[in-house]
Amino acid sequence: MIIGVFMEIKDEYDIIVVGGGPAGSSAAEACAKNGLSVLLLEKRAEIGAPKRCGEGLSDNSVKALKLKIPKNCIRQNINGAYIYAPNGKDIKIQFKGSQGYIVERKMFDKWLAENASRAGAKIITKADVYDLIIENIAGKDFVKGVKVNIMGKEYAIKSKIVVAADGVESLTMRKAGIRSNKNPKLVDSGFQYEMCNIKLRDSHMIELYLGNKIARRGYVWIFPKGKNIANVGIGILGSGCEKTAKQYLDEFIESKNELKKGSILEVNAGCVPVGGLMKNMVGNGIVGVGDAVNQVNPIHGGGIAESIFSGRIAGEVITKAIKKGDYSEKFLSEYNKIWWKKRGKRLENIEKIREAFENMSDENMNDLSGILRGEDLTDFTRGNYAKLAKIMIKYKIKSLVRFVGV
Amino acid sequence: MIKVDNSKCIQCGGCVSVCPKEALKLTNEIKCDEKKCIKCKMCVNFCPVGALKLE
Repeated sequence: MIIGVFMEIKDEYDIIVVGGGPAGSSAAEACAKNGLSVLLLEKRAEIGAPKRCGEGLSDNSVKALKLKIPKNCIRQNINGAYIYAPNGKDIKIQFKGSQGYIVERKMFDKWLAENASRAGAKIITKADVYDLIIENIAGKDFVKGVKVNIMGKEYAIKSKIVVAADGVESLTMRKAGIRSNKNPKLVDSGFQYEMCNIKLRDSHMIELYLGNKIARRGYVWIFPKGKNIANVGIGILGSGCEKTAKQYLDEFIESKNELKKGSILEVNAGCVPVGGLMKNMVGNGIVGVGDAVNQVNPIHGGGIAESIFSGRIAGEVITKAIKKGDYSEKFLSEYNKIWWKKRGKRLENIEKIREAFENMSDENMNDLSGILRGEDLTDFTRGNYAKLAKIMIKYKIKSLVRFVGV
Repeated sequence: MIKVDNSKCIQCGGCVSVCPKEALKLTNEIKCDEKKCIKCKMCVNFCPVGALKLE
């Protein structure tokens, strides 16, 4: 079928990827490289925009993923972090060399999509998948394609396997019956301004502000994108707060002379799944990747790296499934096994640490800031909670001692 | 009836993701399917910018 004057779309593809973020593009590239026919459908008009992301990416992740990110996709090198306790005391985390980057998602996501396209994937934007095609085969329901609205017209396109890479709200996974709505206690509400003409403490250091009055169960972040420009954002517990994320952030900015005189270049919002890692992320003819299956670091809310890891793992398993001609949940569940072994276990440990911090009072946070050093915090974000337990016991921080089960 | 203030809505999709009944959809704007909505207000509580109201 022909969509437009120059666009030819087939009636069937091996793989249809729903969603053109890092997870979808990575899965599309992996499948296309292995010779599969791939169609990637992105509902927004533009890949990579609008962003719902702080745009931070660690150097460890970049190295582990062997990403050769073009310079024009990176806004700033980051050497470390200042973390502020509720009483204003800060802990500095800094190591030799680069710690991470603030990327420009508009450029970065397009680069990932270009890689997928060069590998052979066909990409279309303003293509909104609104339903799945489900067929009953030998008594079992299989996902066999999608119904999509492409620039105003509706099409039915068939597939052997669908990749659900459609983000935190993933209707695709719900329509496949694999997950229900998210537990609101496991979703953070996020709001951000990209601001310029602000004063930064150090434009190569990110800043994180903790405190129940500043950001309940979450934090305010300042991620510099240049000398006087930064993503200033907040993630908070998504329900049960009297104030919206925007209200918390506006109050924070109002309290800081260095920020309140700045200008707004962008307003962003989004929700971050924090926790709720899923044991089963596949169905007959469908595999979920990225935010759609809650693959996010539960402490800092970063998901770019997890999405790319996951898209690649999915690509390998899906390739095997296509070659074998077996698109069943049983075969595809190898993706669950591999993902849990390579990524899930570690994220699960991190979730335990997050749960310990979640109910911490400002008083405890202030106490901890007097005790912890930067290296300790890095350990926590990597899942080393044995050390956390030792510190809790030594300094008798009761709520946490109870939690870690001593 | 869930009302969306489109001048506040940033189209982040959070409300869609917490709705227990799949009553909300995000395309160019948020639309609520009244037949499915059970008025639980999860979406209203969730929205980072307070764009949703139950009327």
